[in-house]
This record gives sequence, structure tokens and C-alpha cells, in this order.
Amino acid sequence: MNTIKRLAGWIWMALAPFAVWLLASTAHQEIARNPTMDTRIQWTVFILVFIPIAFGLFLFGWFARKGEYDHLPESSAELPED
Amino acid sequence: MRLQQQDQTANPIWKVIGASSVGTLIEWYDFYIFGSLAPIIAAQFFPQTNPTAALLATLATFAAGFIVRPFGALVFGRLGDLVGRKYTFLLTLILMGGSTFAIGLVPGYEKIGFAAPIIVLILRLVQGLALGGEYGGAATYVAEHAPAEKRGYYTSWIQTTATLGLLVSLGVILGTRSNLDANASVSVQKFEEWGWRIPFLLSIVLVGVSVYIRLRMKESPLFTEIKASGKISKNPLRESFVHRSNLKMVLLALFGMVMGQGVVWYTGQFYAQTFMENVCRIDFGQTRTILIWAIVLATPGFILFGWLSDRIGRKWIMLLGMFIAIISYRPIYKQMLAISNTKGMTADPAKGRVDRMILPAGNADYSLVNVSTISQFDNGITEKEVRKDTLFLSEKPTAKGKGKISKTLPSGLYWQMILLVFVQIMFVTMVYGPIAAFLVELFPTRIRYTSMSLPYHIGNGVFGGLTPFIALLLTTIRQDDPLVGLWYPIGVAAVCLVIGVLYVSNRIDPNVND
Repeated sequence: MNTIKRLAGWIWMALAPFAVWLLASTAHQEIARNPTMDTRIQWTVFILVFIPIAFGLFLFGWFARKGEYDHLPESSAELPED
Repeated sequence: MRLQQQDQTANPIWKVIGASSVGTLIEWYDFYIFGSLAPIIAAQFFPQTNPTAALLATLATFAAGFIVRPFGALVFGRLGDLVGRKYTFLLTLILMGGSTFAIGLVPGYEKIGFAAPIIVLILRLVQGLALGGEYGGAATYVAEHAPAEKRGYYTSWIQTTATLGLLVSLGVILGTRSNLDANASVSVQKFEEWGWRIPFLLSIVLVGVSVYIRLRMKESPLFTEIKASGKISKNPLRESFVHRSNLKMVLLALFGMVMGQGVVWYTGQFYAQTFMENVCRIDFGQTRTILIWAIVLATPGFILFGWLSDRIGRKWIMLLGMFIAIISYRPIYKQMLAISNTKGMTADPAKGRVDRMILPAGNADYSLVNVSTISQFDNGITEKEVRKDTLFLSEKPTAKGKGKISKTLPSGLYWQMILLVFVQIMFVTMVYGPIAAFLVELFPTRIRYTSMSLPYHIGNGVFGGLTPFIALLLTTIRQDDPLVGLWYPIGVAAVCLVIGVLYVSNRIDPNVND
């Protein structure tokens, strides 16, 4: 199971830039189709919000690939304190 | 466990659940009435004829849902982990209630000009901020009072509040809209002029009662203990999102559970309504009552699945709900289309009629004409098509082009539609009922409020909140397929399902005191 978890990490890492590319190209098409201020604001908000989320997905894939999810912590004792 | 048992005498669990749930329900009510009354609010504060005001309307819609909610989760989550749960979710309640009440008092654009949309935008942003901070506090507060073997059951009461908040908002709006005058159309007109303010003003009474109840509650026993022992996090944001060991759990919560839960929630309760109204063309009032019935019938599901999650674990209930939703959305929506279909049906000429109403336009040469064509089809559906046109003196009073269609379903089809929406809300109860307990168990007490609030509001506010918009967008791209919009929730839920199956644990944490 841990091997599958690690291998799937590549998928999540690839999915993140793909999602950003898909979003950016759709935004470009939609703004070109309807170049109003409303459309620009909507798509700017989406891109601004989704880029950090896509980065999070990439990081999730990176963690998975590194085996960080092979064992999930069962107690706070496993977490370092500030 | 010992602490929770000791606390039972000071804060009996049902008092804790009641105080938390009522406040959270009111916050959802406050948030939804703005969304439900958006067209009326737009007419009052954001006239489309003025581009700047229309721009502010777009900002109010998008910023409050997608940016400010997660930001509120960070601000109030941090406060909740530093100061305490009780005072933080008391503050969010006051901010939400105060801003909702204030929206009801703001004079319209015609009276105070640009100040009106700017004030409303600011108040809407405060609403989004407060909502971002409320849920994590309420869920944490209840979970930290609950014994381990009933954590799913007790927190499931908090999970009913988002749906019940929607129900109350629909009920108050429909009730106010139809009771301002004995004449139904005059009542609707009065509601659009000034009656829409009533649901906003009513909020202050509800919030006042809830604040009074919450003030009498004590702080969470677990938070009190870590505070007394000096174990409070010095920097919850850093600890939640910079420390790798906790950040990976935040990411897992978001991509392995909440993201899919968010789209299932918004598809069942918002996209279903949008689809009935804009694609099936069902009458405004009927779509609302269909949703109300479906919500009332399905709400016990939250408690059922919360309770069940204490017995068999949280993971598989939520993922099963997601899986059934993924495979059944298209057949369900196909059936919704079939139920409301009138194409190829025969209209009974004896039951049809055409009403023409000529509206004076203050001009001798022409008037405006409103033509309503009412047809009743052999499946019992009554269809009303309203068209508006300019009538010149030399013409007969007819209106050309396609008008606005609204259909009224007969009793049998109406109940079939309720069943189809009910099934979708049952999926919601499966994915949403156990999620508070799931999130609480994922994070330690000292950073719980911060850590669980952010994935919750990204999953629900961003992934879920975008469902109606993206679904509509897909429909404009592929106009030949009315079900194309469903690929967004199906796609997001499918990715989430795979991540959840692979990485999420089904273990129920026996100890959230750490």
C-alpha cells in the first residue's frame, strides 16, 4: 500500500500544474470572449485563490512521494512543539 | 475523558450542543439570506446601469465567498487557539449578526449614492470573515466536551446547522414575501420595495438570544487545561502551516476529504436549486418548497451518520457518500430533466389561455405589452411563458421572441422531484455528518481551531462555493449537453475519493485531549 501511496504522489504533483494551466487557459478564453470588468474580476479572483491551492496539491504529492503518509501520527506526542 | 466528565456538571452536553448549534445556525442563516436575496439587493444597491456599482456587486459575491472565508478561518482560528474557543465564536456571532442587521438598515443607492454599495460590500466582507471563524469554533467546542464514543453523534448536531440555516432562510424569505399584503402580487411588490429588509433585521433578535446563551457557557475543558498548564501554542499559524508534520495533515484533510465533501454539499443543496430553476424552468416558489421538503426529510441523516461513524469509523461513511454521489449524479439530473420536460407533449387547448397586459409607456406612439401564454400539458405540467415587447399603435398586441418560461409541476411529479433532491441531500448527510469529528481528531488541541478551519473553508467556500458558477460556465461552453455542469463536482469528488481511499485512516482517535 505504501508503494502505491508513494507512486500516486507523482500524479498529484502533475495534477497541480495541469490544473493551473487549465484554469489560466480557460480564463484567457473567457476574458477574450467577454472582455468586461466583471469577467476579469471573476477570473482574477479564481486564479489568485487557486494558485496557492494548486501549490498545496503539489506539496501534498511531494509529501506522498517522500513517504510522509506511510504512517499517520496517532498522538500529539509525535508532533514537534513550537 | 476525566476532564470531559467533570465538565458535564458545569456544561451539560445538550446545553453545549444547543448553545453552539443555535449560534452557528444563525450565522448560516445570515450568510444565506444575502445570497438568496441577491437579485433584490443588486437592484437596491448595485444598479447594473452604473458600471462601478455593478463591479462592487461582483466583488461582494466573489470576495466574500472565496477569499474572505478562508482568511476569516486564519484570523479567528488563531484567536481561538490563543484566547479560547468560547470568546472567539462569540465574537464571530456578534460580527455576523451586527453586519446582517446593518445591511437591513442601509439606505438604497437612490438615496445615498455610492456610499450604499460600498457600505454593503464592507458589511458582506465582515459576514464572510465571521463565517470563516464560526464553524471551527463551534465544532471544536462541542467535540472537546464530548466523550470519545459519542463524538461523531454529538458533533453531528453542529453539522445540521448549515442545512437548517438554509432552511430557515428559505422559510423566512418565503413567509415574508407572501404575507406583506392580502393580495399575493402586491405582497411580492412590497417585499421587493422594503420587505426584503425584514429577514436582515430579524437577525438581531436571533443573535441577541444566541449571544445571551453563549455568554452563560464555560470555556472548553481541554482548552482550559492546556492554558492552565502553559501548553498553548505561541504561534498557531506557524505551527499549523509551517511545521511539516501538521501541514501534511492539513493538506490531507483538504484533498482527501473536505474538497469532495464541499462539492457534494453544494451540488445537493445549491446546484439542485439552480438546475431546477434555470434548466428545468420550474417556478421560483415551487423550487424553494421542493428544497424545503427535501431538507426537512433528509436532515435526520446528519445525526444518523454521525452516530454510525462512532461505531464503524468516519472514513468509509464519507467516502461511500462521495462514491454514490459520483456514480448517481448524472442519472438523477437526467431524471429531473425528464420530469420537467414538456417537449413533445400535447397541450390541452381547453386549459390554455393568453393574457395580455398593456403597460403605458408615457408615449402616444407606443406602449409596452406583457403577454403571458399559459399551457397545460398532458403530463399535468402548467407552463407559463411571459414575453415583453413594444407595441406600436398600428400593431395587434402580440409579443415576439422567446419569453421567460416557468413551469408548475402537478402533485405526482412535484413529489418525484422532492425525492430526487432528497436523495442528493442524503449524500450530503453522509459526507458532512461525520466530518466535524473527523477534523477534530486529526489535529491536537493547541492548534485545532486554526488547523481545521482553513481546510474546511477552502473545501466548502472555494471548491464547494464555485460549484454553481463552474457548472453554469460549462453549460455555456457545451450548450448541447444540459448535464455537462455535473462534471465539475464529479471530477473534484473523484480525485478526493482516490486520495481519501489511499491516504486517510479510518481510526477513531480515542483521545483528543492531547
